[in-house]
Amino acid sequence: MSNDPAHGAARPIHAPASFGPEAHVLVGNADQFVNWARKSSLWYLLFATACCGIELMQTGASRYDLDRFGAVFRASPRQSDLLIVAGTITHKMADRVKRLYEQMPEPKFVLSMGSCANTGGPFYKDSYCVVKGVDLLIPVDVYVPGCPPRPEALIDGFLKLQKIIEQKRNFAAKA
Amino acid sequence: MDPKALFDALKTRFAGAVPELQAEGFRPAFVVVSPDALLDVARFLRDDPGLRFDSLMCLSGVDYKERFAVAYHLYSMTHRHAIGLKVFLPRENPSVASVDSVWPAANFMERETFDLFGIDFPGSKDMRRILLPEDWEGHPLRKDYKYPEFYHGIKI
Repeated sequence: MSNDPAHGAARPIHAPASFGPEAHVLVGNADQFVNWARKSSLWYLLFATACCGIELMQTGASRYDLDRFGAVFRASPRQSDLLIVAGTITHKMADRVKRLYEQMPEPKFVLSMGSCANTGGPFYKDSYCVVKGVDLLIPVDVYVPGCPPRPEALIDGFLKLQKIIEQKRNFAAKA
Repeated sequence: MDPKALFDALKTRFAGAVPELQAEGFRPAFVVVSPDALLDVARFLRDDPGLRFDSLMCLSGVDYKERFAVAYHLYSMTHRHAIGLKVFLPRENPSVASVDSVWPAANFMERETFDLFGIDFPGSKDMRRILLPEDWEGHPLRKDYKYPEFYHGIKI
């Protein structure tokens, strides 16, 4: 807007004259920009421990195509922003889940997919080996109910997570 | 081969080591074998040309409260016949010789039986827990198993 010759006299200070008429300058909130970038490239870890993993694969495949939200799967936690806990977590697996979460770089998010990861699901009562909810191990941002959830439900959870990321304040002064 | 004929063949060879045939209501019929003789019986069943039980289809533990049992399901790919072996073990320190030298497939199933029932298989190539974590306490499929309260600080 500031490069319109008709408004040359009222040139704002954040678009110096030296940029010339070709300069393209966006003015906006840095938080919004960073959050937009983060929510639009949520790379999730290839991590599935039960039947939810099948739905997760289907969500990533061509029919539901999670790629269109900027989400692709990564085979390494070092490259991942999002941990989708898809399936039952046993006590033997618990240490590994925690390790995977700790290996992910900040900022990182966790989506708990399906009843097992949410609460232990069908194994809630009378199971000695299943962790009763992955939130006992790591902080969870979004819970998606279902056994297993359909791809639509997972995508809905994914969009909820994007909404959460939009609300983040990255540059606020530390209290 | 008919279970009765097979039992008679075992009886003539091993006499008191095979006390009983459980045929009624069992499929396949089970031959009860004393724990000490199991390895010899297993070798005989595999190697005898008329029997040739070359496949161990299943090995599992049973808790009868007053005693344990280990059940072996055998099948012969050559002769297309099947038989079961059953070994009864005492409640205290249940232990029976490993058959993984006879059928290598036994190893994983013996490990599972050890993991969940606490039955020991001396002579095994590799006897560790297979399903539960290494530091788990107790054997969950025993009838008198008490659930632990916590594992590594996580409520069970």
